[in-house]
Amino acid sequence: MAGAVRIKDLYKELRMFLRRSVVAAAIILALSLLLIGRLVLLQIVRYDYYTELAQGNRARLEPIPANRGLILDRNGAVLAENQPSYQLELVREQVPDLEQTLKALSSLDLIPADELDDVRRLIRSHRGFETVPIRLRLTEEQIARFAVYRNQFPGVEIQARSTRFYPHGALAVHALGYVGSISESDLGQIDRAAYVGTSLIGKLGVEAARESQLHGRNGFQEILVNAQGRSVNNQGVLGRALRRQPPTAGTDLILSLDLPAQEAAEKAFMGRRGAAIALDPHTGDVLVMASMPGFDPGIFGRGITRNEYRELESNIDLPLFNRALRGIYPPGSTVKPVLGMAGLAYGVVTAEETHFCPGTYHVPNTNRIAREGKGGVHGAVDLRTAIAKSCDVYFYGLAYQLGPDRIHEFLAPFGFGKLTGIDIAGERTGLLPSREWKKQRFKNPSDGAWYPGDSVNFGIGQGFMSVTPMQMAQVTAVLAAQGAVFQPRLVSAVRDPGTGKTTQIEPVPLPRVKGGTPEQWQVIMEGMRGTMIRGTAKAIATTAEYTMAGKTGTAQAFSVAQNSRYVERNVDERLRDHSWFIAFAPAEAPQIAVAVLVENGGFGASAAAPIARQIMDAYLLPRLPKAAVAPTPTPTPTPASATATATATAPPPATQKPAEGTAR
Amino acid sequence: MIRITPGSDSTARRTLSGAARVLLALQLDGPLLVGLSLVAIYGLIVLYSASGQDWGTVLRAAARLAIGTVAMLGLAQVRPQQLRAAAPWLWGLGLVLLIVVDAMGVIGKGAQRWLDLGVIRFQPSEIMKLAVPMFGAWYLRERPLPPTIPDLAVLASIILVPAGLTALQPDLGTAVLITIGGVLLVVMAGLSIWFMLGAVAIGGVGAWFVWPLLHDYQRNRVLTLLDPESDPLGAGYHIIQSQIAIGSGGLFGKGWLNGSQSQLEYLPERHTDFIFAVIGEEFGLLGLTVLLLLYLFVVGRALYLASQTQDTFARLLASSLALTFFVYIFINTGMVSGLLPVVGVPLPLVSYGGTSMVTLLAGFGILMALYSHRKLIGS
Repeated sequence: MAGAVRIKDLYKELRMFLRRSVVAAAIILALSLLLIGRLVLLQIVRYDYYTELAQGNRARLEPIPANRGLILDRNGAVLAENQPSYQLELVREQVPDLEQTLKALSSLDLIPADELDDVRRLIRSHRGFETVPIRLRLTEEQIARFAVYRNQFPGVEIQARSTRFYPHGALAVHALGYVGSISESDLGQIDRAAYVGTSLIGKLGVEAARESQLHGRNGFQEILVNAQGRSVNNQGVLGRALRRQPPTAGTDLILSLDLPAQEAAEKAFMGRRGAAIALDPHTGDVLVMASMPGFDPGIFGRGITRNEYRELESNIDLPLFNRALRGIYPPGSTVKPVLGMAGLAYGVVTAEETHFCPGTYHVPNTNRIAREGKGGVHGAVDLRTAIAKSCDVYFYGLAYQLGPDRIHEFLAPFGFGKLTGIDIAGERTGLLPSREWKKQRFKNPSDGAWYPGDSVNFGIGQGFMSVTPMQMAQVTAVLAAQGAVFQPRLVSAVRDPGTGKTTQIEPVPLPRVKGGTPEQWQVIMEGMRGTMIRGTAKAIATTAEYTMAGKTGTAQAFSVAQNSRYVERNVDERLRDHSWFIAFAPAEAPQIAVAVLVENGGFGASAAAPIARQIMDAYLLPRLPKAAVAPTPTPTPTPASATATATATAPPPATQKPAEGTAR
Repeated sequence: MIRITPGSDSTARRTLSGAARVLLALQLDGPLLVGLSLVAIYGLIVLYSASGQDWGTVLRAAARLAIGTVAMLGLAQVRPQQLRAAAPWLWGLGLVLLIVVDAMGVIGKGAQRWLDLGVIRFQPSEIMKLAVPMFGAWYLRERPLPPTIPDLAVLASIILVPAGLTALQPDLGTAVLITIGGVLLVVMAGLSIWFMLGAVAIGGVGAWFVWPLLHDYQRNRVLTLLDPESDPLGAGYHIIQSQIAIGSGGLFGKGWLNGSQSQLEYLPERHTDFIFAVIGEEFGLLGLTVLLLLYLFVVGRALYLASQTQDTFARLLASSLALTFFVYIFINTGMVSGLLPVVGVPLPLVSYGGTSMVTLLAGFGILMALYSHRKLIGS
């Protein structure tokens, strides 16, 4: 068969080849058109879609934290401001191996080893794409060290952020509060979206109470990021379409605090524990609020270490404890002017009648004897003298005569036993006892009954009664304002950081003390004036360029057995009595009311009163009209001429004269 | 006709004819050379942007281009008879080297593609891209076409043995390209349409039966290959990002060095396999079309040259080289634009890296040699 051996037909093969070449060319064209079609679909039809995706790829929404509002004192001095600092931030989903990364950061001394657990917990409480600040306030050296190893830490970056700076350190820390890292519990209470990019939040005091105002509103900007999520420098036209919305800075707060007075107060404590508060009796402005010892709020903003915090917490002097609002003490003798006013208002006593003080008081219907606290015999005393000399026997009797119901009724509007309503958190109520209260307090009916001894205890501010220094300051302000009551406040005005417009906050008046005439208030003032001239604190104000009215107090830190006497030097320092002093000045037209408590300070006049004097000097001296200062005669130290001097110093209203004449 | 000065026309003509004479002496084809040069220059410009503006990368690519050009020039001087005679030896040498590389891979317990000759490293599989069509054309040169069944069996082994060895390295991409080069040769030799359809049918039915036997992870791998977007952060990441790059380029592109996808490194392998997406992003549909037209011109010219050769060996080899060139282009562009599954095939003459650039230019050298050494019949 011819077919078995095929002959090569060159012509036919060439034709077949050409035919196939043409077909191949056609297929090539068809495939090219298919490809072009695909490209048209991608680049023309779906152009918008892919453009959006590309935009989303390269631009990451980055928050711009708002500047936290400043905090200023009443004179415009800065108490809290913002400073740029560098912090270490981590985005979990960009970190390949979190555990290893944390270990490596720790070995570079960027995270303290004992804080690793806290950092882990903090990271876990954020979502994977959220930026978590893991270390605040890096030092220059730490920044440099991280920069060297930066490429080993994908997902970890150093960011410039502003942190809180307190130019006066620990000054007024319990009033200002501080800012610290946002904790897990904080996260539950805030709008997380508003805090993206912010690592700090107000923790105490004004910083916490006004957090929403101080925080402001974060802005945002789109930044260029590469596929690893790292931000890259603006690359020419790539940056053009990036959006930006500026942040709104937080509101500036103007506090009622007076920086010089605050400084004077804290200095005057000389390392002792206690609290000092000064109020403007006509507005409730808190001029001074000191709780000693304090602590440096800056360490929280920097990122406090576990050890530092443990040290603060375990300090025997309790620096974190705000004694001004949370310290509960018996008011001691400082309650006497209020009781005296109650006696006058209810007509139980008159200003002129005298009572004989033999040094002891027999509680009616009992076999108990109440002693004069400091010992001694005052003889015949009227109300003014009883206040000035702090005669216990006089007030034992007065308290007994008033009885618990009237005392409770009269004292409550002064602010005893309830929150003063100051505009920061953490305040405690203290206790103003009543029959009702005692009945509920004790299960056993015989314990729950009101005994005459309970009333007598009222007279010297001991027993069940307790107050905070803040409450005592308010009581002093009420005495100074002759019954007008204002809610204490730290923030007196807010300032818009953009426009600079300041808006004053109106003082909040509370219900007046009921009863009492201006003449009767005048008697109490004169009694307290007497304290400074011939009474328990006469050494304090002799050189003052203004008139001062005050009352000392001593609060038992522990009870002394019935028949024994308290001897200061025999008692352990921390079991000594607390020293109280309340005062207002100038006596005739008060501008400042002060309450000072020195823990275990002993007798009120020796420890607490000089502090009050320092505060008043710092606050009043720059404010007294110069003409008025010069002619004011220095009160003579001799007790004999004291009354006369007091009369001369205080330009008396017409109503006061007869009373003055018959005093003593 | 516009004449500016009477003398300019004649000067131009003299220059042109001078260039033509040089090309003739070098056995080169002018139009093909121009087309290839334009593609290469375009590629270098894009590479500068795609490499993140790295001159080093551009210079290394230019060096490879130079080596490839030397290979092209050299091979263009070789007579077709010598090429024909060398074909079996080249194929045999390539086979030995492939076995050596595979053995080294087994001993070294790792993937092995390279032979390190001290000065240069090269992939024996690249030799096979040329040796397989050469040997196939050599085998068919005297035989009547279309090839018989026994011829096809021999050709199958010529193609599949080196392809299999390459796949073992493992380098599936190159293995597929070697196979395609060989198959195209057989198709141009007149392989029956029915045979082709039959092979496709057998393949389909085979897949139908094999599918249930595969492990889950193997099936997933195949499925991801077919639908990459089901795995956006893994296998699908490349193709999704490259489509974003191309799509956001629009008609005119974002401009050179201004592609955000490319410059911000969202696009992986931007200067190698996915460089086509960089062009799409920065130069838009217009830039891509220009490149495609340049490619089509090169392929068309190569096919024309193939049709002008005068014997079976030259025709089959030349057409196989021309068509394989287009297949490279189509696989790469199809993959980057999402038409085809992602396989590692570079964009010819533009993508950075590998010895493929040298091989391609060597292939064009062979093509030019086959064309320029033809006997002039008549006149």
